[in-house]
Amino acid sequence: MKKKRADNICMMQGNQACARGAMMAGCRFFAGYPITPSSEIAENLALSMPAVGGRFIQMEDEIGAMGAVIGASLTGLKSMTATSGPGFSLKQENIGYAAMAEVPCVVVNVQRGGPSTGMPTFPAQMDVQQARWGSHGDRGVIALSASSAQETFEQTIRAFNLSEKYMMPVILLVDEVVAHSTEKVVLPDPGGIELFNRKQPTESPGEYLPYRETDDGIPVLARFGTGYRYNVTGLCHDETGFPTNNPEKIEKLIRRLTDKIERHRKDITHCHKIMLEDADVAIFAYGSVARSARRAVFLCREAGIKAGLIEPTVLWPFPSDEVLETAEGVKAFVVAEMNLGQMAREVELASKCRVEVHRLNRVDGRLITPQQVVEKVREAL
Amino acid sequence: MSRYEIRLSGSGGQGLILAGKILAEAVAIYEGRNAVQTQSYGPEARGGASKAEVVISDEDIDYPKAMELDVLLALTQESCMTYVEDLKEGGVLIVDSDAVKTLPKGNFRCFTAPIASIAVERVGKMVVTNIVALGLLTKISGAVSEDSMRNAILARVPKGTEELNMKAFDEGLKTGEELLAEGG
Repeated sequence: MKKKRADNICMMQGNQACARGAMMAGCRFFAGYPITPSSEIAENLALSMPAVGGRFIQMEDEIGAMGAVIGASLTGLKSMTATSGPGFSLKQENIGYAAMAEVPCVVVNVQRGGPSTGMPTFPAQMDVQQARWGSHGDRGVIALSASSAQETFEQTIRAFNLSEKYMMPVILLVDEVVAHSTEKVVLPDPGGIELFNRKQPTESPGEYLPYRETDDGIPVLARFGTGYRYNVTGLCHDETGFPTNNPEKIEKLIRRLTDKIERHRKDITHCHKIMLEDADVAIFAYGSVARSARRAVFLCREAGIKAGLIEPTVLWPFPSDEVLETAEGVKAFVVAEMNLGQMAREVELASKCRVEVHRLNRVDGRLITPQQVVEKVREAL
Repeated sequence: MSRYEIRLSGSGGQGLILAGKILAEAVAIYEGRNAVQTQSYGPEARGGASKAEVVISDEDIDYPKAMELDVLLALTQESCMTYVEDLKEGGVLIVDSDAVKTLPKGNFRCFTAPIASIAVERVGKMVVTNIVALGLLTKISGAVSEDSMRNAILARVPKGTEELNMKAFDEGLKTGEELLAEGG
């Protein structure tokens, strides 16, 4: 007998879930250049975007794709691109431009490993600091993470919401394991998804100043083509959007690009916390490694070891308060990641040396196993 | 069922990743249980080592990769030798007897059949080797129902190839039944 399948339950790769999330978030413009292990995002959006009147463009290269995304977003379309490490490097200049001009957009980086072209088909988490500092200059950054197809779907929607709310590029960092694992995704009723759309000016075009001081520190950028005229530049600019050399205005702008994130930290940061209440050792892990860590917590508890997990779903801004709070209740941290300790350093800083931070690093293109995490927890005790 | 782990291994182009997806969909969509399918492959489109893994559970699946295999399917000698060490005691090894000439020794049940030849000679197309293999695996492991597999295969294969794929699946089931009757 043929079983009736529920329409909202799908088996999807993380990459497909990302594309589906983007469509449900209202993304209507994608520009990119295909690269393993992110290509299925472009492939899926190339199919679904035209069906709803959206635009899909395969550009000549990665920086061109990032430029197209910024241009499309200025017309009011929710826009995104997807890439992997090598492409993420090439996009950095324009990611900085989007940050400076405060143009909302989503940049997905499905991480592979190594410098340069590295290992195209294997997972890593070596771009987490690049997401923070890859583009030059001081600015606040929002970078999200996901550990399953379901979470990739949800985090893609959240990335669009945060970019529209805080008027900036938002990075979604996943890794090859999450991107290429096919698993169950339960799609919500489209009407039940909370979407945030960028604010639009209420004053007349004659009175409009795009970068006018606002209560929340976030500018109101009118959609191009709606009668509001303004200049967009990567140079330091005043409230009109034109370049300025006025030190007071420059200082205000640069500080605001960081402050708009810092003052809204509570709204942005988020961590899953598992069995931390009585834990002796806290494991800090994110992305696919967090799944190994979940199993490790289970295995440790079976063996009578009190382990717990703190799993940030937002890597930047870094959840310093949550890490410090956790540090105060445990004897040691274990930071497990597929790089050589990029986030372990942040955990050390945030925990203010209250506890020892043990590093578990793997950079051979293979996922850290639960057993490796368990062994490191035993060492830490 | 708590964790049940299957690895499909061979070389790139044999359709193992698609087979893994079909298996995972049969379990998750048609049986309402949980399944995660992961894969590992090289940069080549064809050739090179390729594997797909499916973890099945009635509970949430945290670690998505296999740790201790319940079933290993090997379509090449190399994949058989590389992965057999991950097979747990009493596990099931299914190999293509034309490709795997040297059988590994160990505490597991071994089932051999000329899988690719069955696809070519009895079904008529090499390309359905993966579906023949799924038939064998379904019958021998009992990890998923035949009906769920049929539904999942039909939902995945290109239009116009349904009959061909059902025949391939049936040949796999039949061969599996014969092997079980022989006691593996």
